[in-house]
Amino acid sequence: MSDSTTSTASPEGARAHARSMSGTVIETMPTVPAAGASDWPTDVAADARLVAETVGGGNYTTLAVARGTVVEFTDLEGDACVHLAVFNSAQTDERLNVADTVKIQWQAYLGTGSMLLSDRGRVLATIVDDTSERHDTFVGTSTRAVNEARYGDGSAHGGTPAGRELLVLGAAKHGLAPRDLPPTVSLFQGVRIADDGAVVFHGSAGAGTRVRLRFELPAIVLVANVPHPSDRRAEYVSTPVRIRAWRDEAATLDSPEAVATPEAGRAFANTIDYARTRGL
Amino acid sequence: MTNETPDFIAGRTVVLDAVVGRRAPWSHVVRAGELLTIIDSHGNQAVDCLIYDADDTSIRYSAPDTIQARGNVYLTEGSVLVANTGVPLMTLVADEVGRHDTIGGACSKESNSLRYGNHTVHEHACVENFLAEGALWGLGKRDLVSNINWYMNVPVEADGSLGIVDGISAPGLSLTLRAERDVLVLVSNCPQINNPCNGFDPTPVRMVVTAA
Repeated sequence: MSDSTTSTASPEGARAHARSMSGTVIETMPTVPAAGASDWPTDVAADARLVAETVGGGNYTTLAVARGTVVEFTDLEGDACVHLAVFNSAQTDERLNVADTVKIQWQAYLGTGSMLLSDRGRVLATIVDDTSERHDTFVGTSTRAVNEARYGDGSAHGGTPAGRELLVLGAAKHGLAPRDLPPTVSLFQGVRIADDGAVVFHGSAGAGTRVRLRFELPAIVLVANVPHPSDRRAEYVSTPVRIRAWRDEAATLDSPEAVATPEAGRAFANTIDYARTRGL
Repeated sequence: MTNETPDFIAGRTVVLDAVVGRRAPWSHVVRAGELLTIIDSHGNQAVDCLIYDADDTSIRYSAPDTIQARGNVYLTEGSVLVANTGVPLMTLVADEVGRHDTIGGACSKESNSLRYGNHTVHEHACVENFLAEGALWGLGKRDLVSNINWYMNVPVEADGSLGIVDGISAPGLSLTLRAERDVLVLVSNCPQINNPCNGFDPTPVRMVVTAA
């Protein structure tokens, strides 16, 4: 620029230029401190508010949360799809195990009261509220190879990123490598399984639905917001997801989710004893 | 049981012919183009299986990517076993059973504690086999992902309920996999005795590798 007050030819000018951007507000960004953000549930006190961020379509974020934290995802426009990988932050080789999640609960379709189980017989998170009920435990996320074939590009910054490419980046922010990534679950875009085993895409429940996850262990949460791989639309359609996280209490043995089934009772008992023993 | 060689590989050059004992692990590098035939010698024996690119084990079998590629949760003749990067690892080129599972995962001490109770924690489970055998190849806990369960039957009902139920295999039935690149195949001949995946009685299976 030629204007001397905004010239970036010198450190002083570059600094002034950089600082002139302060306070810019767009839709897809974190709000820090989080307590000042809008759209908090009315019963969440200001001092319990931890994270406020909106993640655009084709992007990702990560959270590191304490035991007892509730994370709320809201599909603002109806075309979000949250691809989730979850790790116990106290020992990251314990992570979401989708096979155990569906096998142990004798149920593949997630909803309120469902547990996200680790490979160690413990509950990483519980779905405590769900107004979408369109989720998927089978198809996983997208790969670069598949996105290249479908959209011409699947790289992380090419405009039509694959979920796996974004999760690899998110994992790296926590010292985790590609080999740490487990199969994921996806929220807000549902599938159902036909009698012959065929995967039938049911898509979204529409704009404005939400899912609340309560974390039962301290967790690293990787979130990629990309189209569901079974969404057959020719265009890469992916819209923002709003995240709010607040401090709450982990389940007890008396919680509704823990008394629901014998398997859940043992899963929460395992989790609570482990957390107490480990001082979490 | 039967010791007959399946028709599909009759006349081919045998590279390896091994019996995997009841409850035992097994592993082998199958070269591109070679065929691996797994024979359910005694019938209804779940064979838990993971597959890795032999040259880069961070590229490994992915149940969701395989389901995604096929649009179906059951594995059957023609199914391509896809890696987490989307590349094909092996193809199920012959199958005498009809369908196999890739959603139920492997049994573990920890999952046994939830499914059956804490009295089963000290029993032998597939994850122990995977860890012990995988360690021979430098693989560890982080390298275990949702696996294939050959000969295991896990129907998904209309309401989403699912479970490991009585098998549909029979003594001597076999399946054959073609390696699409050099792959490390890691197997746990399932030791589970608390559900019907092995007919409550784990038995040996036979592995035959034939040349390309």
